[in-house]
Amino acid sequence: MSDWAGALAPALADLPEYLGWHVVLSITALFIGIAVSFPVAIASLRSSLLRGTALGFASVIQTIPSLALLALFYPLLLALSGLTRAAFGFGFGALGFLPALAALSLYSMLPILRNTIAGIESVDPAAKRAAVGIGMNRGQVLRLVELPLAAPIIIAGIRTAAAWVIGTATLSTPVGQTSLGNYIFAGLQTENWVFVLFGCVAAAALALTIDRLIALAEIGAAKRSRPRLIGAAAGLAIIVGASVFPLFGKVSARPIVIGTKSFEEQYILGALIERRLRDAGFETVRRDGLGSTVIFDALSSGEIDVYVDYSGTVWADDMGRRDVPGRRAVLDQMARWLRQTKGIDCLGTLGFENAYAFAMRRDRADALGVNSLTDLSRLAPQLKIGGDYEIFSRPEWRAVKRAYGLSFAVERQFQANFLYRAAVSGDVDVISAFSSDGRIRQYNLKLLSDPKAALPPYDAVLLISKAEASDAALLAALRPLLGAIELGTMQRANLMVDRATDKRSPEAVAQILNSRIVARRH
Amino acid sequence: MIELRNLTKTYDGRSAAVDQLNLTIGTGEFLALVGPSGCGKSTTLSMINRLENPSGGTVLIDGRDTRGSDPVALRRRIGFVFQDIGLFPHMTVAENAGVVLRILGEKAESIDSRVNELLALVHLPPEMYRGRFPADISGGQRQRVGVARALAARPAIVLMDEPFGAIDPLARDKLASDYRQIHNSLKLTTVLVTHDMTEAILLADRIAVMQNGTLAQVGSPQELFSAPADDFVRAMMDTPRRRAAALAATMAQPRPQ
Repeated sequence: MSDWAGALAPALADLPEYLGWHVVLSITALFIGIAVSFPVAIASLRSSLLRGTALGFASVIQTIPSLALLALFYPLLLALSGLTRAAFGFGFGALGFLPALAALSLYSMLPILRNTIAGIESVDPAAKRAAVGIGMNRGQVLRLVELPLAAPIIIAGIRTAAAWVIGTATLSTPVGQTSLGNYIFAGLQTENWVFVLFGCVAAAALALTIDRLIALAEIGAAKRSRPRLIGAAAGLAIIVGASVFPLFGKVSARPIVIGTKSFEEQYILGALIERRLRDAGFETVRRDGLGSTVIFDALSSGEIDVYVDYSGTVWADDMGRRDVPGRRAVLDQMARWLRQTKGIDCLGTLGFENAYAFAMRRDRADALGVNSLTDLSRLAPQLKIGGDYEIFSRPEWRAVKRAYGLSFAVERQFQANFLYRAAVSGDVDVISAFSSDGRIRQYNLKLLSDPKAALPPYDAVLLISKAEASDAALLAALRPLLGAIELGTMQRANLMVDRATDKRSPEAVAQILNSRIVARRH
Repeated sequence: MIELRNLTKTYDGRSAAVDQLNLTIGTGEFLALVGPSGCGKSTTLSMINRLENPSGGTVLIDGRDTRGSDPVALRRRIGFVFQDIGLFPHMTVAENAGVVLRILGEKAESIDSRVNELLALVHLPPEMYRGRFPADISGGQRQRVGVARALAARPAIVLMDEPFGAIDPLARDKLASDYRQIHNSLKLTTVLVTHDMTEAILLADRIAVMQNGTLAQVGSPQELFSAPADDFVRAMMDTPRRRAAALAATMAQPRPQ
């Protein structure tokens, strides 16, 4: 009982912000969806070409997985923003609200389009004939007869769209838009099932409430029941008002935006940065769970101000380098490249590496006599390897395969939590791992060495946007983090969040780390 | 006055539904267009207010060709009572009765008082019926609302397409005779389409009998009785009497129990 209460308290603390954004995002998307689909549906009643095109387009949108649709809008808007900046001298935020809004608005179109067209076509021909016969013009037939009679079907479409949008809005977290999805993504990463459940239940409750209110408004309109209409309007107004209100309270002088990628270490470091900045008197905003390329682009375009990346990631992904000249050289060249081409300031390393590595269950590695990647080369054809969603398409993997001549019997992909379990249970023999992951200790896995240095170093580095790089107070608040976190510390910190029992929140672990850093300096 | 001159309607690839029809309906006249199903009588009626456009020929109203005016404006000047009643199910009785005034852009208060007059005219006490929906009243009452709706904008001409067909017999006879009184008192010109010769004989000043898209004969009921132009008209005019005779004979016979 107290366990649940303890896990729920932090969830409830974030509810006003998450729910607020979720409501604002979904309702806005729904309104845009209606505002666009409705006129198109009306116009397409007279043009079968337009109808085919519109319905086809909306159907194709529907077949794109919603997560992909959301993710695609980020680069699209970024490019668009670059164009407007070049042409008119101003750009717009390609992260967060806009891509989420655009994707969700598109997503809401199909049911509204389809039901509006079907609804109007299903109106009794006798009623239409009577309408024309008594002298209504085309607009009057539509407004006074067809739309009111089609209303139940049209509203059913809007209700479907509302449910889709509210559900899908949970997926806007990875493009940087806070939503109830923050619970789900953070919960999945840290194996906090209370969070995952809480996010799902909250989104479902919101969807159900909005659905009931629309239904109430529909009945109210059909039965000419003023109390019902007022009740529905008041309900919607209260939900929107109550959601927007806490958000307005938050908007102040430009806050420092802290980005995190979607794994537990990033949540801990994000919370740690946030704690230090707040202690120094800064307003902060978090953009949690961002995709790996999204977060880098967002820093260079100034949409976020600070986050922790890893030298090897920038080296391979953003600089496109395939050579591995050694740890110091990678850091120096990366810092210079960041400053010169992106205006990003690399403040320094945190003191640990979170490297791409390969791990095996210790007993299995010992039985096979495997200590390094070199040892794997002759065994690989009989072994199964598991990786996260990225590894098999990354240059690091190609470099390792080439350097050691690896060719595994089976390659399988897992969500990070399940990846470690797959190694422990023996479903796969080798897994891709991250060297700072607490689960390497927890599950007693053996990290294989990389004697040919095929993998670049992955020092955790603190990156600062151009806008904030000259803020002395900000830099002073963050500098104590440099060199302050050793690998063992980070592994233990990660484990505190990951483990199944006596689980801590990233914020709590960040507080522990911070108090140690503060203590050491005094 | 309504003049139909060489009025023709053809649909793609079929023989003419209405073929070179000539007919004049005088102001203040009550004319019944009678004929079997598919004879073209409803099509002829629909061409008068251009609910359907003629394929050939002309319709003159008070000497003016209807092609010269906007069809929407034309329809607003002519009352129309529909076969399947055609009330709008989402509108109340009062809204249905006043809808023509609404589309003409009249003020709500004046529509309100006019609707009360109209409902009283068709014997529906306004205070009882104004707020009801079509689904909540009987078929006869619904068509009374249909008549009120047609009369709302004080048209000189009323077109009726089998208006009493869907109503139970008692309500039907009462509404028919009520309508004839309204026709007289408002000095309307009425064209009534029906397949029921009894109804035509009881209501109409003149009867136009149609067959296969053409006019078989036009005249007062007495003229058609006494001098039918052909066997078809004779048979048509004879139907009420034959039915009455058959009825009397049946009633006179003892029925097997």
